[in-house]
Amino acid sequence: MTTEQDFYAAPGDTSQGRVFTVTGQDWDSITQSIGESADERVVVNMGPQHPSTHGVLRLILELEGETVTEARCGIGYLHTGIEKNMEYRSWVQGVTFCTRMDYLSPFYNEATYVLGVERLLDIEDDIPEKAQVMRVLLMELNRMSSHLVAIATGGMEIGALTVMTIGFRERELVLDLFELITGLRMNHAFFRPGGVAQDLPPGALDEIRDFIALMKKRLPEYAALCNANPIFKGRLEGVGHLDLAGCLALGITGPVLRSTGYAWDLRKTQPYCGYEDYDFEVQTWDTADSYGRFRIRLNEMWESLKIVEQCADRLAGLEGAPVMVGDKKIAWPSQLAIGSDGMGNSLDHIRHIMGESMEALIHHFKLVTEGFRVPAGQAYVPVESPRGELGAHVVSDGGTRPFRAHFRDPSFTNLQATSVMSEGGMVADVIVAIASIDPVMGGVDR
Amino acid sequence: MSDEKTDDKSDKNESARPAEERNLEAAKAEAGTGSGVGQSAPDQSPENVPAPTGEVRAVGARHGMFGVAGSGDTSGYGGLVSATVFPAPSQKPYGGWFDEVAGALEARLEATELTAAIESVVVHRGEITFHVRREDLPFVAQMLRDDEALRFEFCSGVSGVHYPEDTGRELHAVYHLTSMTHNRRIRVEVTAPDSDPHLPSLVSIYPTLDWHERETYDMFGLVFDGHPALTRVLMPDDWPGHPQRKDYPLGGIPVEYKGGSIPPPDQRRSYN
Repeated sequence: MTTEQDFYAAPGDTSQGRVFTVTGQDWDSITQSIGESADERVVVNMGPQHPSTHGVLRLILELEGETVTEARCGIGYLHTGIEKNMEYRSWVQGVTFCTRMDYLSPFYNEATYVLGVERLLDIEDDIPEKAQVMRVLLMELNRMSSHLVAIATGGMEIGALTVMTIGFRERELVLDLFELITGLRMNHAFFRPGGVAQDLPPGALDEIRDFIALMKKRLPEYAALCNANPIFKGRLEGVGHLDLAGCLALGITGPVLRSTGYAWDLRKTQPYCGYEDYDFEVQTWDTADSYGRFRIRLNEMWESLKIVEQCADRLAGLEGAPVMVGDKKIAWPSQLAIGSDGMGNSLDHIRHIMGESMEALIHHFKLVTEGFRVPAGQAYVPVESPRGELGAHVVSDGGTRPFRAHFRDPSFTNLQATSVMSEGGMVADVIVAIASIDPVMGGVDR
Repeated sequence: MSDEKTDDKSDKNESARPAEERNLEAAKAEAGTGSGVGQSAPDQSPENVPAPTGEVRAVGARHGMFGVAGSGDTSGYGGLVSATVFPAPSQKPYGGWFDEVAGALEARLEATELTAAIESVVVHRGEITFHVRREDLPFVAQMLRDDEALRFEFCSGVSGVHYPEDTGRELHAVYHLTSMTHNRRIRVEVTAPDSDPHLPSLVSIYPTLDWHERETYDMFGLVFDGHPALTRVLMPDDWPGHPQRKDYPLGGIPVEYKGGSIPPPDQRRSYN
């Protein structure tokens, strides 16, 4: 339906031009009306609900014909006030909130937050080795699942539906591993200040090894399907160009920065969680375009697989080792076990606090209801998420709750590059450029 | 204003003052003499030992243990007061490369006769924080970015923090800067009072701060002067108030049971 009346922009709100509200199946009347006008300039509102904008992202594009002259982002549609919510929960409960921000890389959200809390608690050196290895294992599996979605949805947005279906097929395997290890496919809240919530379940290492073997067969399929595919290359090469100076000025990190050939990866440059002990390469490309970013993601999945393999080997020698810091004032007291009804419960722990030790009951009650205190101060421990530098600015006033937790999300920062990447290009390339940034709106809006 | 208030107090009869104020001062004094910071610092590792009186940065205090008042609590726990004390400014040497950065920065500031630009330096938990006077922020940032010995070419963004009890400097803006050249990371902290929530914008120096400053304006009401288009970025354009401020009113949740409602989180009974 073509109309001059727009319910969302009342006549007084639109300063110039004619407003078209496109509702589908009305292209004939639209093209006819536009054809009548001599002006080539059209301002298009794309999204926030659009299958090609990588989430609830709104793009305001000014077009001259098919050329984009101006591109602006409208964000905030997924703002949920997670940072504010965390100020009214205990330090441990904060993990439950922040894991939901960037929903494709939940472990990284948890990691940067718990690393910040651990720094304030001054227990960074006391985290058990097994907890660190499990964190690295889960983060690298998470990097693979996140890159798979980046490649899959990026492919879907340019019409390569097979890339989408195989990407989600493999991601499902990673999520199965997450489910086995943490109990949940997403939003795990598995990393806790002091370690991780649970030990590795029996059989997990075998499953991980099966997965590694399978991925070694499956990953080459992406390369065979895409790397030299003329249509794929035609859509991606030279699109969304952003050089090193542009990346640094705009604060861009992650695969976009590495696609300029600069090997900046916090896992190597400022290691955390014991990343210095693993053998892997930082992947770069030198074309500074969408195709380079695709290849970097593909190569990084191989590197992640290498790290996962090393983690599995190390975990095999760490059976029965603690996964939580020894300090009983911080460590969550119970370990879940599967009951006869198949539900998780801490039967031994319940027996201990209810039948054996009054002090243990008091301790449990205080730690669970009140939580621990974190000395006043602030910390910022960034991690290399699949999208770049993800950091939590954690401020404590000495209380049992975060005074402030601010997350520097790479999606939020990287999305600022939309305009420089797409202005002057074709409208179809806007989609490719944004897909190559791989923003996750849950992280952008928090 | 705060000075006047303190003078006023000393003239008054000791017993006429509210018990809370006395307790707060007692707690501050206690923190200063080294007998522990309220409940929160059981360990006595070097960086946890309180600094001498006068250098402690106390911003408010917690009262009681259970977040309720006037409940007829006779246990005495309700009368507890623990001062909120942030890490005190550090003295030189700061250790490691911190001294190189601080030295290079001071040398450049001395050359331009702006030595007062750095209010204090805090080294805590292996991280260094430069507290910068707000009017000098753009100059300091420009130097941090461009000086060869500093080269903090990457800014991770700005994070606002609201300390309602830090009188005269309620709003803090915290910048995390990275030198990729030297592989170093520092923090720059600037404050502004609630009555004059203005800071100079750094978008011209670090273009990445465009959205970050908009977010901080959106959430805290900090106005970044010189920002090309300071509008809300996450909240709707017509949203009233700035949600991340500590004085932002929170909503309760009505429940479908006899017209009851769950109180807002800051009014619920909880530990504090």
